[in-house]
Amino acid sequence: MTTPLRLYVNGDRYDLDVEPRRTLADALRDDCGLTGTHLGCEHGVCGACTVLVDGQPVRACLMFAVQAEGSSVRTVEGLAPDDDTLHPVQQAFWDNHGLQCGFCTPGFLTLITGYLEENPTANEEELRDVLSSNLCRCTGYQNIIKAALAAQRTMNAESGAEPAEQAPA
Amino acid sequence: MIGDRARRIEDPVLLRGAGRFAADTVRSGELHMRVVRSPVAHGRIVKVDVSQALLLDGVVTAWTFDDIAELPAIGFRLTPRPELIPYRQPVLARREVRYVGEPVAVVFATSAYLAEDGAELVDVEIEPGQAHLQADTEPIPWIDAEQATWASNTGDQVAAQDSEATTFVEEYGDIDAAFAKADRLVKKGTHRVFTTEARIGRHTAVPMECRGLVASYDESDQLLVVDGAAKVPFWNREAIAAMVGLPPHRVVVRETHVGGGFGPRGELYPEDVLVTVAAMRLRRPIKWIEDRQEHLVATNHSRGQHHRIQALVRVEDGFIEAMDAEFFLDQGAYVRTHGATVASLTASMLPGPYVIPHFRARARVRLTHKTPAGTYRSPGRYEGTFARERLVDTIARELGLDPATVRRTNFIPADKMPFERPIQAMGTHLVHDSGDYALLLDKVSERFDFPGIRAEVEGRRAQGELVGFGFGYFVEKSGIGPFEGARVAVDGAGQVTISCGASSVGQGVDTVLAQVVADGLQISHEPIRVVRGRTDLFEYGRGAFATRLAVMAGSAAAIATEALAEKARRVAAHEFKVSFEEVELVEGGVEVRENRAQRLTLGEIAQLLEPMNAAAMKEEPGFSADGWFRTDHMTYPYGLHAAVVSIDRETGHLAIERFIVGYDVGRALNPTLVEGQITGGVAQGIGGAVYEEFLYSEDGTPLCTTFMDYLIPTVREMPDVEILLTEDAPSPLNPLGVKGAGEGGTTAVAAAIGSAVDDALRIPGAITSVPIRPLLLRRLVDQVSIP
Repeated sequence: MTTPLRLYVNGDRYDLDVEPRRTLADALRDDCGLTGTHLGCEHGVCGACTVLVDGQPVRACLMFAVQAEGSSVRTVEGLAPDDDTLHPVQQAFWDNHGLQCGFCTPGFLTLITGYLEENPTANEEELRDVLSSNLCRCTGYQNIIKAALAAQRTMNAESGAEPAEQAPA
Repeated sequence: MIGDRARRIEDPVLLRGAGRFAADTVRSGELHMRVVRSPVAHGRIVKVDVSQALLLDGVVTAWTFDDIAELPAIGFRLTPRPELIPYRQPVLARREVRYVGEPVAVVFATSAYLAEDGAELVDVEIEPGQAHLQADTEPIPWIDAEQATWASNTGDQVAAQDSEATTFVEEYGDIDAAFAKADRLVKKGTHRVFTTEARIGRHTAVPMECRGLVASYDESDQLLVVDGAAKVPFWNREAIAAMVGLPPHRVVVRETHVGGGFGPRGELYPEDVLVTVAAMRLRRPIKWIEDRQEHLVATNHSRGQHHRIQALVRVEDGFIEAMDAEFFLDQGAYVRTHGATVASLTASMLPGPYVIPHFRARARVRLTHKTPAGTYRSPGRYEGTFARERLVDTIARELGLDPATVRRTNFIPADKMPFERPIQAMGTHLVHDSGDYALLLDKVSERFDFPGIRAEVEGRRAQGELVGFGFGYFVEKSGIGPFEGARVAVDGAGQVTISCGASSVGQGVDTVLAQVVADGLQISHEPIRVVRGRTDLFEYGRGAFATRLAVMAGSAAAIATEALAEKARRVAAHEFKVSFEEVELVEGGVEVRENRAQRLTLGEIAQLLEPMNAAAMKEEPGFSADGWFRTDHMTYPYGLHAAVVSIDRETGHLAIERFIVGYDVGRALNPTLVEGQITGGVAQGIGGAVYEEFLYSEDGTPLCTTFMDYLIPTVREMPDVEILLTEDAPSPLNPLGVKGAGEGGTTAVAAAIGSAVDDALRIPGAITSVPIRPLLLRRLVDQVSIP
């Protein structure tokens, strides 16, 4: 038993036929061929599968594909503006050695992008709080925090937003 | 270039989500495999009935042990002691199950969802038996003669076996003589005997990517192609070829991107055999992707050890005359590919940085009805360092000596390097190749102002806080041989490709190898392509384990680069009709010293080496060179971990406020990557010291099968790791002087935190086990008499 589903992913339209039980993560990976969204636990803890649904970070493993009917989904493949330029968050991860194996990275990139777009003036403490929702086993997180702060500076400089408040000492 | 904080060449692909991890390989017509696992820790199989599963649309077939009865148990890759052979794991459970999670049957279906539906329809009936869960109680009967004979697979009858799979001793000096005189020395008052215990909880690597494998038999090429391998693809090719009955040259094993390794991932497991055998039998691509719940009961666990140490110590200065140790390793239900590696390394690395003239360690590897165990980052050293450093702290406190001074007293002096310990480590003679242990302690103490930290801690204590400072010292090992190779090739456009037998588990080996080659050719490292982990594109490779690749593959790449540069100079000398001595390599080209306008780029040299022209120059066609690095000995990096912790009296919460690492890697090929390895290693060490442990109910049911109950540190639990990298003791054993960086972030974390917690509580010897849980701290806090 399948049901028709229309998804908008990274600006492209996908007309799919899916079982109601199919997760959004599986639909993105297997039906849309966007394998950048990774599955690390399939029970909503690790955050590797984080995507932006209408701008909000969600766990794609905990959402059924049919729940995303008509929504606009942004995955890691949709972050960079073109083949020659990385998104500021991606660039900051590269510059700050914010990844090792790279498996959890798409989830961190989408989480940080979604959060900073909504909260451009977040301080370090607030960023740490948000980033504690995803797991990384390689880096010890230190460089992920550095990268998030660097990305925030770039994004705010590009948009002309106020600089971040300093975290309380 | 070597030593630069160069950006990684691996990253752009990964950052765009374009990586190809195990689950990302899709083959048309593929079948998905789902494993039916035992829900019972120990029991006799009464029935495994797949008939209902076979009725489900989309299920193609399902197997139990009878369907694969001709497959032997899985063999050992490392430390293959013969007495372990009867304990090997069958590919599917045979007559009995011995841990929750043991594969009992497999279902193959046209989608992952249907395979899972089918697996739920398999009827498994098991008559439960008593679960044996303690490795440090007396051994029990474990397998009968029939099972032992089958698992040994030699044709000879093997007797029934008990749950002590092996026990062995590593020793030097004369421990019995040393302790024979102990009574007299103790009476005289010059010496004391200390007895300590240490327990390390069962935990493991848990990389963010679960295991997975995709295999398909290509009828056209007559090749079995296996994608998604990791760590040791060359060894696994041989093992898979033997299992499926193909010659090795008909099997191609390819590593794709690997989402973290740390020891368990990439070893040959039952599922890997099932996937490849199914690809041959069913002649359809077979895909298996482990889920997290499976991973936590199926993939190797590690660590669970209990140590007892007796030490004869000089009262005057804390010098350890003799150490007699015994430890119990909770091996779980079977002995897998690592054989006795963890026990062997625990024993041989237990003395660490100290002289200890008389030493004995007795290892006892014991079976339990739990997931089988293997190596995890810093195997044997995390455990042994905790046990040994707890002992040293105990000695210091009991004798009223400064902990740093006691360590200095016991250090192998720098002028005794290289220092041979008459003992074996991973089948090699243990020779500390270089090191100045006291110097590193001095440097770290000065850089991070240990006296200042101590004063601050005392100040806060005076205000009533439970805060403490402690540290642990350790020696690591790295760069095990016996060989690694690399080929450096340049195409007509001047672009460089490195091919090698190395493997990547995400640690950045591509970047480091590119830096080594770029350094030799004086070019940029970023455009270099690195081919590795593919059995069809290189002949030999030993794999990514034991912190060996910077040493082994790095040295091979350096040697190959040197050979390539020589070939370039020969070609240029021939072309410009000058002598070899008159040309030199400068920034990706070769120039005549006296006339710099006479210059050939690497691309031009490659063009000159096309086959016809090369023959005229009496050169082998093609601009490439091979390098091989061989060694019989490991290199021994060393370091120090220190922690400042505070304890909440009300909740027992342990906060790690500061974590400091000093580490000497001989030469840091890329300091940013070395620091990244250390910081990540510390996070894993903190996991084992404070949060992570596989717990079981009395009947052997695992209680930690999700990330809700197996707690990996998040950014909230991690302090900023403060690192001092030093290069005071380059290794004399390889051309780069490098020692490995992969494991030293983890080694002494439990030791340092245990020491700091003791200090915070002011109860010497309070911490004898990890993980240190809030419940224990709450109980200990009540014993703290000082306000």
